Amino acid sequence: MSDREWLWIAGELYLVGFLLGTWSLWRGGRPSTVLIHCLIAGGYVLQLVGLYLRGVAVGGCPLGNTFELFQFTAWSATTFYLITGVSFRSSILGYFTACLAAVLTLSSLAIPTWDAVRRANLFGGNPWIEFHAALALFSYGAFALLTLTAFMLLLRDHSLKHKHLGGWFSFLPPLTDLDQISTRLLAVGTALMTASLAVGAVYWVSAPHTVNLAKLMMTVGVWAAYCVTSLLRAKGLLVSRRFAWACIVVFVIALLSLGPVDSSRHALPPKPQGPTTEASAR
Amino acid sequence: MTLVATPPQPSLAATVQQTLFVLGATHHRTPIQVREKLSLDPGALAALHETLSTIEGLDEFTMLSTCNRTEFYGVASSADTVPRLRRAFCERQNFSETEFTRYALQLEGPRALQHLFEVASGLDSQLVGETEIFGQLKDAYAAAHARRSTGPILNRVFQKAFQAAKHVRTHTAITEGQVSVANVAVELARDIFGQLNRTRVLLLGAGEIGEKTAKAFQSRGVTSLSVSSRRLGRAMELASELRAFALPFWLAPAKLPEFDIVVCATAAPSTVVATAAVAAAMHRRAAQPLFLIDLALPRDVEPPVADLPNVYLYNLDDLATIAEANRHSREAEVAKCRELLRNRSETLWSHLRPRLESRSAA
Repeated sequence: MSDREWLWIAGELYLVGFLLGTWSLWRGGRPSTVLIHCLIAGGYVLQLVGLYLRGVAVGGCPLGNTFELFQFTAWSATTFYLITGVSFRSSILGYFTACLAAVLTLSSLAIPTWDAVRRANLFGGNPWIEFHAALALFSYGAFALLTLTAFMLLLRDHSLKHKHLGGWFSFLPPLTDLDQISTRLLAVGTALMTASLAVGAVYWVSAPHTVNLAKLMMTVGVWAAYCVTSLLRAKGLLVSRRFAWACIVVFVIALLSLGPVDSSRHALPPKPQGPTTEASAR
Repeated sequence: MTLVATPPQPSLAATVQQTLFVLGATHHRTPIQVREKLSLDPGALAALHETLSTIEGLDEFTMLSTCNRTEFYGVASSADTVPRLRRAFCERQNFSETEFTRYALQLEGPRALQHLFEVASGLDSQLVGETEIFGQLKDAYAAAHARRSTGPILNRVFQKAFQAAKHVRTHTAITEGQVSVANVAVELARDIFGQLNRTRVLLLGAGEIGEKTAKAFQSRGVTSLSVSSRRLGRAMELASELRAFALPFWLAPAKLPEFDIVVCATAAPSTVVATAAVAAAMHRRAAQPLFLIDLALPRDVEPPVADLPNVYLYNLDDLATIAEANRHSREAEVAKCRELLRNRSETLWSHLRPRLESRSAA
């Protein structure tokens, strides 16, 4: 089986988890935590196999085109769900994660042009740059999951404020649990992104001309936004609804920044040998 | 389920000498003043057990006595066993047998089985879906088992009833949503804080409804409770009863930031919790939500408090509306539960009937 076939099956498992959860909610029941967790875990393993095969084929971390970026982000988000899902027993979080993973995985598979061309020699054979890129994408996984928990926090706040407690609002986790998990995901994501930038900075200091300034500004801007959010949350100045909205808005900005960053990468002349101009996979 | 004071099913009584039965009086047909006369305390239960053990043909029996029902579940091997039991019970309670017959519920065979399953599942309870009856039934069975008044039939019947009740609770929404104001408040607190064992609760006012709510919180794990009332003596008295702290009323606004849940139930003619006081409290605990439960009439908390971020305010009407909605939801589940229980009781009866027949033949 090819890597794409493994990834198709993984995406379909995520989709089944999402559809089963939707079916349960539509019937007024709670999605099965165990079932959704198993489907996501199954999808995760198969996606790992697919990404591994792709990695072996390209001889490095599979982050060479939009398809691979989406797959890696979905895999990262699922990783964080599987870590947090054990202690944070919420079938609704699993349901949203299945939805996110299915959308990222299947949409990237369904658009052939995203995987038609792959940038060769992306990291110039430098494992540190590859590590930097992987960390950056991994932090996006944490932030993607944070966006989900922040969205759930908004729903829970809305339900409590407006006294709409029945239906599937009743399946949402407690408010303080959502706040706690969101704060932790923010801290983990920010720490990963900081580590990623630190690794990238070492390379950038030695060869500043190789990094596109627009890309650098975007990356640092997103990192700074998450740092400020973390700081304000720690100080108690950004809480509840405003905290949730901040997490969602910053992630949307981070996603939107991927476009300009990607195009800035294309604008640079290719270098056949040595380190490429890529300081990041973003 | 419509309970009718019916005579024994003629078909079963005629063909099977030994049968399963239930005899008793429940809240469906029996007014509270009669139920009071029929209820049995532990001492009376023990004494009655001695009496019933001597009744000929009463092979197995279990007695259940709660505030809403007094029931006898048993296995009888002669047609006049149940009348004898009824007579013995009425004599013990000094209650007219004729009057008891007017209120009594008497079912046999599969209907008795279905009834037991519904009792265990809380379907027959006054508050449909309540789970307290499950524990009471377990205690009743355990007591009977310890006194050796149960046998192979009742042992199996009760075990299956407990299994059926658990099945129904797991696979339907019959127990979901609280139906009393105090429990709705506790459930809302759990929606906000999750586990309540680390939350700090302040009770403003030392009246009955506040006390009930405070007890409901304590039953769900709250250990830090403070009571504040205009009459410090009354606050100290209630605090002592609830093993809580007493707080002078004038100090309560300043201490507000230290509490996660505030239950307001004073008899004050105007509001006692001002928006400015809550806003000031939230300034000091911005990251932690504050849950205000206003059970007073007139209200204790200024309504604009609800607009503050991370503050959740519920008044008596809000809680009553939720309780009513939950009650309707539970009632909507009853038919589904009955169907599940009927399938199980019919299967069990198909296994029990040959055993009852073979035992009677022997």
